[in-house]
Amino acid sequence: MADLFIGPDYADGVEIAAVTAAIGDDPAVVHETERLVIGGGARRHERRHLLLPALHALQRAKGWISPGGLNHVSELLQVPPAEAYGVASFYEMFRLDEPESDGAVTHVCVDAACQITANEDLIAEIEAAGGRVHRSPCLGQCERAPARFVQGVGGPDHVPADEVVVERKIPQQGDSALRLLKNIGLVDPTSLASYRQHGGYTALERAIELGSEGVCDAVVESGLSGRGGAAFPTGQKWRAVAAERDRPKHVVANCDESEPGTFKDRVLMENDPFAIIEALTVAGFATGAENGWIYIRGEYPLATDRLRHAIDQCRGAGLLGADAAGTGHAFDIEIRRGAGAYICGEETALFASLEGFRGEPRSKPPFPTTHGLFGEPTAINNPETLINALDVVLHGAAEYRSRGTEQSPGTKLLCVSGQIGRPGVYEVEFGTTLGQVIDLAGGITGSRNLAAVLMGGAAGTFVGPEALDMPLTLEDTRKRGTTLGSGVVMPFTDEIDMTAICVRISEFFRNESCGQCVPCRVGTVRQNETLVQIQRTRGLTAQRRDLMGDVGQVMADASICGLGHTAASAINSALALGLIREAV
Amino acid sequence: MTDPKATVSLTIDGRRVHVPAGTSIHKACEAANIDTPTLCWAENLTPVNVCRVCVVEVEGSRALVPSCARAVEEDMIVETDSERVRHSRKMVLEFLGSGVDLSQADELAEWVDHYGADLDRYDQPGLPAQRMNEKPKIQDDLYIRDYDKCVLCYKCVEACGDDAQHTYAIAVSGRGFDARISTEFDVTLPDSACVYCGNCIGVCPTGAIQFKTEFDMREAGEWRPEDQSVTTTVCSFCGVGCNLELHTQDDRIVKVTSPTDHSVTQGHLCIKGRFGWTYVQPPKRR
Ligand SMILES: Cc1cc2nc3c(=O)[nH]c(=O)nc-3n(C[C@H](O)[C@H](O)[C@H](O)COP(=O)(O)O)c2cc1C
Ligand code: SF4
Ligand code: SF4
Ligand code: FES
Ligand code: FES
Repeated sequence: MADLFIGPDYADGVEIAAVTAAIGDDPAVVHETERLVIGGGARRHERRHLLLPALHALQRAKGWISPGGLNHVSELLQVPPAEAYGVASFYEMFRLDEPESDGAVTHVCVDAACQITANEDLIAEIEAAGGRVHRSPCLGQCERAPARFVQGVGGPDHVPADEVVVERKIPQQGDSALRLLKNIGLVDPTSLASYRQHGGYTALERAIELGSEGVCDAVVESGLSGRGGAAFPTGQKWRAVAAERDRPKHVVANCDESEPGTFKDRVLMENDPFAIIEALTVAGFATGAENGWIYIRGEYPLATDRLRHAIDQCRGAGLLGADAAGTGHAFDIEIRRGAGAYICGEETALFASLEGFRGEPRSKPPFPTTHGLFGEPTAINNPETLINALDVVLHGAAEYRSRGTEQSPGTKLLCVSGQIGRPGVYEVEFGTTLGQVIDLAGGITGSRNLAAVLMGGAAGTFVGPEALDMPLTLEDTRKRGTTLGSGVVMPFTDEIDMTAICVRISEFFRNESCGQCVPCRVGTVRQNETLVQIQRTRGLTAQRRDLMGDVGQVMADASICGLGHTAASAINSALALGLIREAV
Repeated sequence: MTDPKATVSLTIDGRRVHVPAGTSIHKACEAANIDTPTLCWAENLTPVNVCRVCVVEVEGSRALVPSCARAVEEDMIVETDSERVRHSRKMVLEFLGSGVDLSQADELAEWVDHYGADLDRYDQPGLPAQRMNEKPKIQDDLYIRDYDKCVLCYKCVEACGDDAQHTYAIAVSGRGFDARISTEFDVTLPDSACVYCGNCIGVCPTGAIQFKTEFDMREAGEWRPEDQSVTTTVCSFCGVGCNLELHTQDDRIVKVTSPTDHSVTQGHLCIKGRFGWTYVQPPKRR
């Protein structure tokens, strides 16, 4: 690259100090001549992943990313300003125009679980008091709808609900049958000693006894499948990465959790952060990866703090570092915050985002196990998957398989919200029926009848009341044309205007498409326009039905990634169930 | 590494085709005389496979596959004219045409007819389909950018960046339907890193980036491609030996390109070859 052209705007002292505090002030290129030699290029390449943290620092300092601030970061990291702007403008949490007033911005959720509460009143209230509001997609707090997240300016972000002291962290707290949630509410999430008192780090000890191959074997035998939505066999993934030689390798915890209706990972991270660190260390040991990464969505300040604190404590205790926990193997973990983009939960988009590029997915193959983060072999897993692996390692595959069904062994976390008595995260054995889960969570609220349940989130499907007898397993949900996805179970009664819910789901996809491929970039817009028109005119004409069918098919057939592939599935199921009606 | 001499045999639309290993499905189709529409693909750029107009059905693959980027495999079974393929191609064309001004995207017009794409069916009463809605950016005398015609094929970004110029003056900004090709904070080209090589003009398939001369003539209704001729010559500014194609109308140069298969330029030029021809003719009086 020739010399970078940087425009005439300069950062001020506040911006420079914020960036220095976040990523240091070590320039990517030390000498002028370095730009032209290979060392300079490699060094620049190596440091690009600091772009996202640097942009966060600018946003936090001033409430927006100014031209001068962007130039400063571009110069420091030797990223062309047009590219840095392209990255910054990709994310919902970054502003690129100067706000009219200072002060924090309150993000209020407008997705389904919050849409059926008084979230609009809350927005009006905050605005009437002179506050700034940002209408946000699901904030991962669906059990405490309407959800809020306050983005700080000059100070930290916070979530008002985190300040409320609750007696129980989860409805099933203390239940002795819990496997994945067993520590929640019992272990002090800020204390490594407390975690160890409750059996923490015994799984890693056991892993060392088993050896890395033994761990991979146990995970394969357990039949554990990914909990991030795609249900890919975890053992197979770990083995594939373990088999890669001679290159740096990575394990990544995908903590982006942005699927509307999903909040289980947040509950795990906030209340049992050491377990995630231990599990990622086990994954690193099993795959032979020395680099661990946690990519967490930007709207989870408490979970981020807890994980950071846990990493520091573990590092201090020698559980991370040059000889992590006596494994004889170097392993450490870095945290990266996302900045508001559902698509960055898609694994290849997550890598691009973490590397300092726009969060655009790429075609697979090649798969992450060979070409993942920085183009290197990578095992990426959902935190719930990782916690399951701890259980497998500690108690063995046979014990693990004693729960659930043959094809869906183990237990599953469900995120129950919507019109339900006791919303929250529930752990149930695979095979529990949908009706049993709804009963466990206190039954539907209101005196009306159950109309539909959203399964698996916005990327999932609606099912009708006839599905209450459906066992929640991978095989049964597939057979009935639905999905467990990320574990969302969101019931609605017939007092809810489902057309409005569907309009919002279509708006969600329209806003969250990365915009890369035509079927999804335009298809999500056309789908949303058609639903808006149906809502306005109450006219579900044959022509509009055909149009939505055509749009849905090309999105499913020709899009690059899962976002486009599933953008029409909830809408299609709503049409099939007659939830989108001619008139109310 | 694949053996460069190895041959792969596959079936395309029921016919056996033999091509060298590493060939894309699109090129294999070409070898079998099957025409495939492409938009974001170009001979001289790295495939980004974003437009999806070239998709084909590959047996065993749930979703359709972009033929421009996927390499052939032994015994692959490819369908290029199935119901699903025709549907997706038609819809991609409809989607583009319903939001973007394709009036100068000459290559696409034929395919719009071929697949029977109906570009107007998305306008609903009282709710016209959302469009790019951009005004032409006229910021200098050399070229203009009219993003109302932009299909976001990424070609200009690649030509400005890693694939040719390494200048990185433009990138994709924004997200979803709001994504646009842009400089940082949308500053004007003269205020950006742009070095006016015009390589973006050379690769743009829709006329979204074009010579100011062409833009002005089109505005004035004087653009007559049928009356234009192309003369190939070698650029006289330096010793590299870039081939230039001078496009002339009424004995005046109206734009300059370079052949993509030329060993030196691969279609790319610098400011001198691209725009340095005004000295051969006096400015036209208006
Ligand atoms: C649009 C989209 C969003 C996704 N978001 C997440 C997410 O927030 N968390 C997650 O674990 N997986 C998410 N995934 C799935 C990941 O791509 C990947 O399959 C998963 O992280 C693998 O981990 P697992 O095997 O443990 O499930 C998403 C996929 C798509 C297509
Ligand atoms: S399907 Fe949507 S989100 Fe995925 S790459 Fe295409 S435009 Fe981006
Ligand atoms: S300006 Fe032209 S080359 Fe650039 S993305 Fe748009 S259509 Fe493609
Ligand atoms: S926080 Fe509102 S739907 Fe999840
Ligand atoms: S030409 Fe193949 S995806 Fe665009």
